[in-house]
Amino acid sequence: MLSKKNKSVLFNPLSKNNPIIVQVLGICSALAVTAKLEPAIVMGISVIAVTAFSNVIISLIRNTIPTSVRIIVQLVVVASLVIIVDQILKAYNYEVSKQLSVFIGLIITNCILMGRLEAFALANKPWPSFLDGVGNGLGYAIILVIVATIRELLGSGTLLGYQIIPNSFYEMGYQNNGLMILPPMALITVACIIWVHRSKNKDLQEKN
Amino acid sequence: MNKQGNTYTLFYMALLILVVGVILAWVSLTLKPAQNDNISIDKMQQILKSVHVTAEKENTIDMYNQYITDSYIIDINGEKKEGKAFDVNVAAEIKKAPEERLLPVFECQIDNSKKYILPIYGAGLWGPIWGYVSIADDGKTVYGAYFSHQGETPGLGAEIATDHFSKQFDGKELIKDGEFKSISVLKQGQKPTNGEDYVDAISGGTITSKGVQSMLSSCLSCYQNFLSKIQEN
Repeated sequence: MLSKKNKSVLFNPLSKNNPIIVQVLGICSALAVTAKLEPAIVMGISVIAVTAFSNVIISLIRNTIPTSVRIIVQLVVVASLVIIVDQILKAYNYEVSKQLSVFIGLIITNCILMGRLEAFALANKPWPSFLDGVGNGLGYAIILVIVATIRELLGSGTLLGYQIIPNSFYEMGYQNNGLMILPPMALITVACIIWVHRSKNKDLQEKN
Repeated sequence: MNKQGNTYTLFYMALLILVVGVILAWVSLTLKPAQNDNISIDKMQQILKSVHVTAEKENTIDMYNQYITDSYIIDINGEKKEGKAFDVNVAAEIKKAPEERLLPVFECQIDNSKKYILPIYGAGLWGPIWGYVSIADDGKTVYGAYFSHQGETPGLGAEIATDHFSKQFDGKELIKDGEFKSISVLKQGQKPTNGEDYVDAISGGTITSKGVQSMLSSCLSCYQNFLSKIQEN
């Protein structure tokens, strides 16, 4: 089930080949949904589900897809899966669905999806494709959770809606950093994560 | 078989779309009842928030039935009309001329007196904003207010949805000396020109704050006759 090759397919995207901090794909949604931790987690799970299943479906029908319309076929599959995720959220987690609003729909435009379908699912069997989808979705979700944790903690003083920073801090004059809530700080936080990650993984650094 | 030919491609796409269409239709039909429940529970929670009652998802329907004693539709003259107030789409009514609008009223029994909850709807900076205002039984004092929005800027315009903002409306009077004046939303330090009651706007959320002000006056002015009838009783 988990041969050495499959393991690398699953775990490489978590760090060395992370879609956000190494391939720099799917940045837009990473900026948009990370002001609070809960929507970031739901967005991560949704993307894992969509990448995994769209990879499997495309991999299953990869030998029947006419080359001239393959991108359209991929889009149809991804779009339908995203609509299903959106409908399920509306039915079973309405609060979060309200918060994420248009961003669920925008999973369709997430470059990670099309990238994985083109680069992996079209050329591999369903099981490795599934692992590749889960791996890349996880890689995306991890970064989202890290960014959202930092932003919610410093921006609102809470995590998952629970107050973390004690009231005594506020009484001593501590203030929440309102800038952390705004989109530019997501970009800067992601940049800091890339910086730390690259200085730890010297092989990722470009040589000029 | 030639998998790259036009015939194959056309049939392939037709089949794919048929399959996908059937699946999506089935998903939508199966989940529709649960989604509609969520939407009406959400609406009930919003209505209850305007009288300072916060309901959890599980007990919303019970609390709604407990507090909201009556609901009906009125016209601009304050006469009751046929129909179910809960099902009125306020967003659609706002587009009609004031004389033709269906105006929902929710009566609420809380703190040993009757409150009248009126829905409002308007435009913010990026999209629609809406809310509910509860009026005390004197027909002019605001008992509580609730505002929400679709996509105002977080930290700026979106602050209208916080208690901090809506609490300011408690105790303000819509009617001064028998004249409907609404409530102004003004930059801190400014004073209203017509002697109406006012609250502080959100700094950095000027357009959203202005939206709240015009939503209040345009929607609540339709209830003038209704409110003066309450005052007479």
